[in-house]
Amino acid sequence: MTTDTQAPQAQVGQARLRKEDARLVTGQTNWTDNIVLPGMLHMAFVRSPMAHARITSVDLSAARAMPGVIAAFSGADFAEEQGSLPCAWPVTEDIVIPAHPPMATEEVRYVGEAVAVVVARDRYTAADAVAVVDVGYEPLPPVLDIRTALDEDSPKVHAEGNKSFVWPFAQGDLDAAFRDAPVVIERTYRQQRLIPSAMEPRAVVATDEGGEFTIWSATQIPHVLRVMLALVTGIPEQNIRVIAPDVGGGFGSKLQVTAEEVLSLLVTRKLGRPVKWTESRSEGNLTVHHGRDQWQRIRIAADSDGRLRGLDVDLLADMGAYLMLVTPGVPLLGAFMFPAIYKMDAYSFKCTGVFTTKMPTDAYRGAGRPEATYAIERIMDELAAELGMDPLEVRERNWIKHDEFPYTTIATLQYDSGNYEAATARAKELFGYDALRQEQAERNLDNDPVRLGLGVSTYTEMCGLAPSRVLGSLAYAAGGWEHASIRMLPTGKVEVVTGSSAHGQGHETAWSQIVSDQLGVPFEDIRVLHGDTQVAPKGMDTYGSRSLTVGGMALVGACDKVIAKAKRITAHMLEASENDIEFVHGRFQVRGDPEKGHSIQEVALATFAAHNLPDGVEPNLDSEATYDPDNFSFPHGTHLCAVEVDTETGMVTIRSYVAVDDIGKVINPLIVEGQVHGGLAQGIAQALYEEAVYDEDGNLTTTTLADYLVPSAADLPSYVTDRTESPAANRLGVKGVGEAGTIASTPAVVNAIIDALRPLGIADITMPCTPERVWRAIQNAQGNGGAA
Amino acid sequence: MANISVTVDGVTYTDDVEPRLLLVHYLRERVGKTGTPVGCDTSNCGACTVHMNGVSVKSCSVLAVQADGAEITTIEGISNGQWHPLQQAFHAEHALQCGYCTPGMIMAAADLLRTNPHPNDQEIREGLEGNLCRCTGYENIVRAVRRAAESGATS
Repeated sequence: MTTDTQAPQAQVGQARLRKEDARLVTGQTNWTDNIVLPGMLHMAFVRSPMAHARITSVDLSAARAMPGVIAAFSGADFAEEQGSLPCAWPVTEDIVIPAHPPMATEEVRYVGEAVAVVVARDRYTAADAVAVVDVGYEPLPPVLDIRTALDEDSPKVHAEGNKSFVWPFAQGDLDAAFRDAPVVIERTYRQQRLIPSAMEPRAVVATDEGGEFTIWSATQIPHVLRVMLALVTGIPEQNIRVIAPDVGGGFGSKLQVTAEEVLSLLVTRKLGRPVKWTESRSEGNLTVHHGRDQWQRIRIAADSDGRLRGLDVDLLADMGAYLMLVTPGVPLLGAFMFPAIYKMDAYSFKCTGVFTTKMPTDAYRGAGRPEATYAIERIMDELAAELGMDPLEVRERNWIKHDEFPYTTIATLQYDSGNYEAATARAKELFGYDALRQEQAERNLDNDPVRLGLGVSTYTEMCGLAPSRVLGSLAYAAGGWEHASIRMLPTGKVEVVTGSSAHGQGHETAWSQIVSDQLGVPFEDIRVLHGDTQVAPKGMDTYGSRSLTVGGMALVGACDKVIAKAKRITAHMLEASENDIEFVHGRFQVRGDPEKGHSIQEVALATFAAHNLPDGVEPNLDSEATYDPDNFSFPHGTHLCAVEVDTETGMVTIRSYVAVDDIGKVINPLIVEGQVHGGLAQGIAQALYEEAVYDEDGNLTTTTLADYLVPSAADLPSYVTDRTESPAANRLGVKGVGEAGTIASTPAVVNAIIDALRPLGIADITMPCTPERVWRAIQNAQGNGGAA
Repeated sequence: MANISVTVDGVTYTDDVEPRLLLVHYLRERVGKTGTPVGCDTSNCGACTVHMNGVSVKSCSVLAVQADGAEITTIEGISNGQWHPLQQAFHAEHALQCGYCTPGMIMAAADLLRTNPHPNDQEIREGLEGNLCRCTGYENIVRAVRRAAESGATS
């Protein structure tokens, strides 16, 4: 490929195969658990088997006496130095944020909470030593149901009580909207508790080299982690290096500052030797933060033609036993999303954060937005049913029309663009909506025991987290910017450093495509570096579909600076005026005399040699840029799902699934499609398969992948995906795609199931809609006189 | 300690091992074959799938002593100068994102194609039921296995 003689094909928009794959398909990977350091020891944790208990004793003597065991520590041994795990999102001024020591010292508040750590020569010995640690517990009553946890006579998780916060939000006159409304519908929906289940279990390696600490962690957030580890442990920030090597998925679960990370630093400091910890899956199901877990009371008022007047949402959100990094903020992200794509006169939202004796909840793919989207999209179907309208018709009556953008929603967000008509029209066409509706009517007439249901989800989301000022107004402790830097190397190759920390998203490929177009250098000549605070010192990391919309824009800003400086250098080399230099496909040339010029590679070499630079110009062709977005981005789309529900067995089979998403411009369609597929699978899994279950004593009964049903290929359908495009207000025109599928698909599937069963008198089934639950709902409906 | 002799990716190793040592830990920590990862502890996820005497096994549910005398092939030994057709197909179809399940998925798919060289999509889905992926939604994995089958990969 040449860049200086002809216009190269733009890289952006091409389905480039991923640079990351070479190491991943050959096993030449660098997972944290692969790391072996000289003298490295293995940590294993003693964990509480009780949901709630007072610790009366911790006897480590048998463990310490075991051959091969180097040390064992209880929480009390680290009481002075272990600090408290951070919550960075104190959402209200009077929020209760209980102390959260990495190892419990007095009381345990969920099954799996760390009580002691043993350190041994190898992982098997460490596991043996855990088994002989004797911990005395005095049981306390568990608190398991957020609906009763606020009762006066409920046992208390913390001395401060079970209420963490109440966060209200209101716009418009809700009373007026509901007063005399022809239609008022109220429903209560359950967002079950989920386990994120990234395929790579968490792992940590830590070393202390004379007070300079390095920690490798399977984390999404090396930069945030570094700051937080410094704050928690008191180790000066400049003496902590965090490396996120290859990281095997996150989905929010590795957006956390964990007890094990903090303790790895404390133990390596104590022992002066490297330490490693790798969790087992069973340990991970217990102690990787969980997702969702809300009760949602939602109420709408509408006119008799289906026009929405008002929306009233009252959430109970299960925080679990403690507030972790962004635990209380997750349901608040949903607060802005309940009104979704719909216009209305008034909106009221209230969220109460409640403590229980369960694993803390926190971000899981979508984080607040799937919950909101589920509730609003479910109740829009109820409105349609109430009025005898088609679910798409009632949505269209209420959604923001494409010529009404930019539009400020009742939740005060300014949607910059969207075209719900276009996405819906395309989805209907691909799905064969009208023909399926006809088939459904015919089969219902025939009393087919296998019922066809059609589910609709016209979702939107807020991505590109986030404008720092908005985060500040919501009491989040940090900003939402992202950083990038470019280094032009003497040989004309390019190093790109991004503060976004990929763990499967394909940044190395997509970032190369962007830089290739911006700088006119070959895709192959670009190396993207990330995930190490020494290599990429600044960043806000990867979550909330922010990498491209924020980090991508930082990248463009850094490219601009390289081009501006190279123009100045070229002008000097050619003895031309800087204003006369134009940059065309990787070449700086004199306007009107394109033969006179230099390629960016030549300018890079000349800058390195530094023999002939303008006065005052530093001899480098490097740049840095930090980008703070003005607004969120608002991807949207229309998803349609057809299910076959066997009324005799309760079995639900997805017959077809169409996803049409508007995510703005696409950098790499292959990667985008992959993100949509994976997102759909996770959303479908919430609808049909997954639930973290605690028994009445507070024991998690879904500790393995045999009990917690992450679906396999055999459990999932094939998907039809397509895109429509409306402009986004950033220079790349991008909106983000990482969470869209998960947000959209859960209500699409459940709406389809209810659509199949509504003629039987069924208006809701609690997720996951397992065959047993569907079958029972049918039985109950028939028992209550529902038509069979 | 038990003395075992195992051939891994064409090289024979003789080692004393604890009888309880799992094959996957033997491969990763004694032989240095870290290309094979561990994803669970109940043999549900399949990330650790390798071939033992030509047949796929989950190496977390095989003891190292059970592999005494066996020939083990891992993801690191499946290519022969150039990438195996399944490695090529997974790359070409974007059948991996984080890549953690990929070694096991490829090894399981290779065994599937050995026993059924021309599976239809449903047979691919059912054939890979023992391997979990959290990133891809499986769509592109199915495409990749189909592509490899069409290219004639049978082992």
